[in-house]
This record gives sequence, C-alpha cells and structure tokens, in this order.
Amino acid sequence: MKTLLIGEYREGKLLDSTYELIGFAGQLGAETALFLVGSESQLPAYDGALYLADALACGEYNPDLHKLLILDAVERENPDYIVFLHSSYGWDLAPRVAAALRVAQVSEVIGTRDGGFEVGCCNGKMRRSVKPATRRAVLTIQAGAFQGVQPGGTPRLTRLSNDSAGSVQFVGYEPAEAKGVDLAKAEVIVSAGRGVGKKDNVQIIAALAKALGGELGASRPVVDADWVAHDHQVGTTGQTVAPKLYVACGISGAIQHLAGMKKSDFILAINKDKDAPIGEVADVLVVADLMQFVPALTAQLRK
Amino acid sequence: MKILVCIKQVPDLESRFKPDPNGVWFSDTDLAFRMNEYDEYAVEQAVRLKEQLGDAPEVTVLSIGPDRVVEAIKKALAMGCDRAVHVQDPAVHLKDPWQVASIIAAYAKEQGFDLILTGMQSQDRGSAQVGVTVAEQLGIPCATTLVGFSYQDATVTAKRELEGGVKGVVKLKTPALVTCQLGLNTPRYPTLPNIMKAKKKEICAVAVAQLLKAEPLAQTVSFHPPAKKGSGLVLEGDVCDLVNKVIGILKEKTAVLR
Repeated sequence: MKTLLIGEYREGKLLDSTYELIGFAGQLGAETALFLVGSESQLPAYDGALYLADALACGEYNPDLHKLLILDAVERENPDYIVFLHSSYGWDLAPRVAAALRVAQVSEVIGTRDGGFEVGCCNGKMRRSVKPATRRAVLTIQAGAFQGVQPGGTPRLTRLSNDSAGSVQFVGYEPAEAKGVDLAKAEVIVSAGRGVGKKDNVQIIAALAKALGGELGASRPVVDADWVAHDHQVGTTGQTVAPKLYVACGISGAIQHLAGMKKSDFILAINKDKDAPIGEVADVLVVADLMQFVPALTAQLRK
Repeated sequence: MKILVCIKQVPDLESRFKPDPNGVWFSDTDLAFRMNEYDEYAVEQAVRLKEQLGDAPEVTVLSIGPDRVVEAIKKALAMGCDRAVHVQDPAVHLKDPWQVASIIAAYAKEQGFDLILTGMQSQDRGSAQVGVTVAEQLGIPCATTLVGFSYQDATVTAKRELEGGVKGVVKLKTPALVTCQLGLNTPRYPTLPNIMKAKKKEICAVAVAQLLKAEPLAQTVSFHPPAKKGSGLVLEGDVCDLVNKVIGILKEKTAVLR
C-alpha cells in the first residue's frame, strides 16, 4: 500500500501537522511519499521521495495550481491513498483532487474500522465507517487524531512546476486579532458554551471563573453570537490552552473546541446532555442544569 | 444576476441518535429537524447581496431530501430568497457527497447562476465536500470557509478562515461558488410579514431521478457511537450533593483548590 502525503506550509514555514500524516501512514503500515509546496531551503528531515514545488513561484494558496501539481505527483507515484490534513488547506484542496481523479474522498478520518475509514458525524456524537468504492481514494485526517512522527534522513527530491495561473487569486494573510486576554497563561479557565442559553447568563459562568481565580473562556457559537468577546475563544480558530483546571459549561464538545483544550490537566464538564462528546475528554462530567448547578458551586466555593 | 443557495435540513444535534434498520445512518423517528446552521449564513449572505444590488438579483434556494425539507426551504424563503427548488429524494442520506454534488451541478448547469453559496459543511455529516465538488463539476472558481464576503464588478473578495485566527484574503471572478463558515454574518430571524409573504413564493419540485446520473464513489458501511475512550466519572443527582462531590474531587485531584 502506498500513500502520497500532502504536507502544509504557511507563511514560510513547514507546519508540524505535516508529521501527523506520517504518523497516520505508519498506522496503516503504508509506504509514503511526501508532496509539498514549500521552500528548498527548508526541507523536512525525511527518508523517502519528496515532490516539491516552490512556494514563491506557485503561491502557498493557489488551489487550482496545487491541484495540478498533486495530479502530477500522483501520476509519477501511483499511490493508493492521497492524504491531506483536515485543515483549511486540506478540506479546500482535497475535493478538487478527488473530483479531478474521479475517486472517493473520505473526510476527517480518525481511524479504521469495519473494513473502512472511521469518521465522526452528528457534531462528534456518532461515528461512521466509510469504504471507498474506487481503487484509489483521497483522505483527509482529523487534526490531532494521529500522533506526529518526525522521521530522519534526507529526502529524495523531485521538483515539480506548472505555469498555469489558477482562478482564485490570493491577496494576502490577515493576522489574528490582538489578544486582550492571554488564556494560555491562566491556571484555571471556565468556559461558556451554547448551553448557557443567552448572553445574560454568561455572568453566571464569569462568576464561577472569578471564584476559582481563573479566566473566562468561550466556545465558538458563544463568540459568534457576540455573548463573549473573540479573544476569549478556545479552539482551533481561537486559543489553544492547557490549564491546571478547565471547566466546560454547556459545551457539547465540537472537535474544534476539544482540539483547543483537551491537554488541560483536569477537565470538569457540566452539561445536561449525558452523551455530549465533551464527556470523551472530561475527567468529571456533571449531568445537571447549568443555571442551578453553577451558581450553587460558586456560592459554596465563596464560603 | 442569478444567485443559488444550497441548504440542507439536519436534525437537532442535541438529540440522541439511534441507527436506522440498515445501520448506516440515524433513524428519523423522534428527531426534530432544522436548517443546517452553516447554510443559514449562506442564505443571509445571498439576501444581503440582493439588497446591496438594489433587489435586482434573483435568489433561488435549493434543498434535496424528503418532504420534511420543505420546512427548511420555507425558512429560507421567509429570510428573503425569491424562489425554491425542492429536489425530492427520500433516500438522500444514502448518497455520497459526489452524488449529492452531481445533483446540484446538474440543476445549476442549465440555469447559469452567477454565484452559488453553500455552508462549508453540514452539521450531521460534516464532509465539507459538496460545495467544492459542485464547483469542480461546473468548472467554476471556488473559495471555502468564508468569514468575510464582499462583491463588486463581478468579483468576490473573500476572507477565508485559517487556523489560529489568521485569515487568507482571496479574489475570484464570477461565476463562482463560495462556502460559508459560522460567524460570516448574523443570520436574520424571519419576521411574521415575511413568513406570510413566503407562503406565496414558488417551490418547484423536481424528482431526483431527473438530475442524478452519477454512481457513488464511496459507501457508508456502519453508523455507531464512539468507542468510549473517556474513563471520566459521570455524576448525576441532587444539586447540593453534586456541588459537595465536585469540590471534594477538585481538592483531591487539582492544585487549584486548597
């Protein structure tokens, strides 16, 4: 079995997540070749075939062109699986490659099961196993689902180039908004999720944070609804945190949130839904109504 | 200008899911359904663009599924879409993303839309494939995961959400397709007068067989709950007892309470 792994490069740097692809291929017991639109002056240590296109010439984001370059590498390498990270780069590019090859794509793979690839569904509450019906398939793997493996060695380099322009013009990056709150430094974070119900209830969560001497965090829906400012957001697109104590209040546990907090030393979750995916990472899951339990806990802590 | 918005009806994600008799998707019984959250942002953006251009564009909303999806279609019409297409398919949940995309592409091809908007993914299946695949099948430019959108002179300027709060700004010429991320805008609530007006709008029903020509490329072989990795303690019961238990545990297991 052979895999072509699609590495990622952003703002001049190879992303560490690229090594998760190598970890995944290792779990499959597959041979690997690596594809990268990057820089020859910054090659990863790697002991196999590396197909490299120059990011200065091809752009870090140019999906039409990157698709053509990958198709070129597929032609030369003849892989069974073409594997991307399920990231803003991967989920954007993978379906284009799959469509060009007319092969199956399985998105956000977390493992193998029942003769197929296991993926999450229903907001992380359930799983499906999906089997490609085509000999070759495109996969995207869930960020953080596979341990990164950093190989040694010197890559056998094949340079790829292509002159086509592409129909999506990349203008530039816009940096993340300045952080007012550095959650990464907090020892305790108490986060509000959609389960708080309305903006007025956020103060009940903030009061618990204060009683525990911690900071207020929030999940994405709460930030999107403007109940809490963006700089409090925990998750893939917000801040990644690992406090001594993380309290998740009314957070169901979407994968993007879990990725931002699952390395916390101790996780206490309060949720009325016993089956919420937050239970998978929580040390203690309290099944209760937030509006009863949280004020009672805060009052007891203040004594 | 012609705009197409593609929406999906999904179950309330707070529900408990049980496998259907085939064991490949959830059973529909006892579930409440609503419009996929990502698609609400797509509908809102389409309606805003229509308003920006002096109401000139016609906005069509399309959904594939059984009769119940008409409820989601009605909401989109009440939010401001002009007309609707219901692709009738009681078995859409058994189709793979390639087939779903081919149904939409087959419809869109004949209509000549200038702009197609979809959610970046569905909340229930979450493959994030259908939007991009529609664009590839139609051969039009596509940008995904939009948290910013502007339109001028047949050009879309889009802000894509990347990891860690960074955004990537891209431009694409219409005809084009964009997929919408949460937070792109603030989807409006349909007002009562608009709900009444929506009742008069056309919902055109099309049998899926007229549009579907593609064979599936992948197959779901099982639907199951996660293997319980969480070795965590689950506490239930009286609130006062719970508070005391939790404080006891925090004192014992963490260094933050002394």
